[in-house]
Amino acid sequence: MFTELLNNVNIDIGRGAAQAIGAIVLCLAVVGLCRRFGVHVEREAAISIARGLAQMIFVGIVLAALLHGSLLIGALILAAMTFAAAVTASRRARGVRDSLLLSFYAIAAGAGIVIAGMLTTGTLTTDLSVLVPVGSMIIANAMNACAQSVERFRADVTAHVGYIETGLALGAVPSVAAAPYFQSAVYASLLPRLDMLKSLGLVWIPGVMAGMVVSGANPIYASIYQFVIVAMILAASAVTGLVATLLMRTRAFSTAAQLTIRPGIEKRNGRLKP
Amino acid sequence: MDKQTLSALAPVPAGIETEHLSRMVFDKALVSDISVQLRPGEILAVVGPSGAGKSSFLRLLNRLDEPTGGTVRLNGQDYRELPAQELRRRIGMVMQSAFLFPGTVVTNVAFGPQQRGETLTSEQMAALLERVGLAGYGERDVSNLSGGEAQRVSLARTLANAPVALLLDEPTSALDEASSRAIEELLLGIVRERQTICAIVTHNTTQAHRIADRAMIIERGRLISVGPAKEVLDAYKEV
Repeated sequence: MFTELLNNVNIDIGRGAAQAIGAIVLCLAVVGLCRRFGVHVEREAAISIARGLAQMIFVGIVLAALLHGSLLIGALILAAMTFAAAVTASRRARGVRDSLLLSFYAIAAGAGIVIAGMLTTGTLTTDLSVLVPVGSMIIANAMNACAQSVERFRADVTAHVGYIETGLALGAVPSVAAAPYFQSAVYASLLPRLDMLKSLGLVWIPGVMAGMVVSGANPIYASIYQFVIVAMILAASAVTGLVATLLMRTRAFSTAAQLTIRPGIEKRNGRLKP
Repeated sequence: MDKQTLSALAPVPAGIETEHLSRMVFDKALVSDISVQLRPGEILAVVGPSGAGKSSFLRLLNRLDEPTGGTVRLNGQDYRELPAQELRRRIGMVMQSAFLFPGTVVTNVAFGPQQRGETLTSEQMAALLERVGLAGYGERDVSNLSGGEAQRVSLARTLANAPVALLLDEPTSALDEASSRAIEELLLGIVRERQTICAIVTHNTTQAHRIADRAMIIERGRLISVGPAKEVLDAYKEV
């Protein structure tokens, strides 16, 4: 593996270094131009360029090593990505009990089911150079769906406390009392993905297709494969949005069917009082 | 006879009884150690300054909030033994705003029975609407109702569940004087004819004088006094 890596380095290093030097020269020229106009960013620019180059070389080395690993390494990378996505999405659910777990379960359910389905049907290969980038796209979209559904449900519930409690006071179970807000939260999480699918090929040509065409794949197959990826993103988002909103609804009511997400009831330490 | 047998033979008190009812939130006592009785066929006015805990007390009575101390007994039974949905059907609540669901008057009034898989007959629906002074309003869209009409629909919607108790949280505070008086008369009629247990939160002591049989004063979550309305309210005014 490392021999292959070193070979790749030898082949590409000259071209990559030349391109990097070109980019740095252009940046320095712009810094010089700024200096002429009294904008002094020389020091910051030098630090940023050096850091950016060093970080990207490091990431490249790590990726090159990981992308030749086994399916287990791929699964670990995707699990780490899912956890990172859950951390990000849970920030939208501050004050909700176990928001990190809620986000993790929802994203893992949506992305996990879809990636497993794609692997089973052969739509996705176990080659990490394909699995990780495609998996990351699905996880990233599931993360957005999770954050959007959680945020929308919370906003709608806190804005309609009176209606929900009226429903409860008339003998409705929580799922009935909160039904309109459950539906709107799931729909809100799906809307961007539905728009994405609608505009596919018309407004944007995604990276996967562009990359496949550049690397010599049949453009028609590349187009269809891109559609499959975006459709799977929609499916993952739908599952994630549903699971996240279901879990959110469970946390929004106590076992005695009392609404716990109410302005003034959320605890200042970030947890809800039952 | 031993003590247990004697207590089993004792008549079950009809009505709602609170036993040392308390609720703390963030170490603040919203309701503190309140023990009162609400009896069938009489109206109990819950009076006190803003933020005294009147609404918090009412919300505890049908368990929209959970007591952190004490309990409530409905006809002698601890209300935590009842499923929340059944309890709330039996102890109906009318909020300060009507909070009508989008749709017609009929869809709103039918909501409660639907939760138990029941449907009101057209005769039952007509009788209910007539009772609250809304005969012929069934197919009206609720977005076209006045404040007074909306509050009547809200009352009819609660009555459709055939509750044994009615809790009203300042139901007339957003209405003009005429609509407010009409709701009061309606309420008095319903409580008397159905022998309903009734508690009404009001900041308006004149209104409490007009309709209440008994009154209780709450301040900072504590029960200050309870008794015949005139006596309690006159003493409260003097303070």
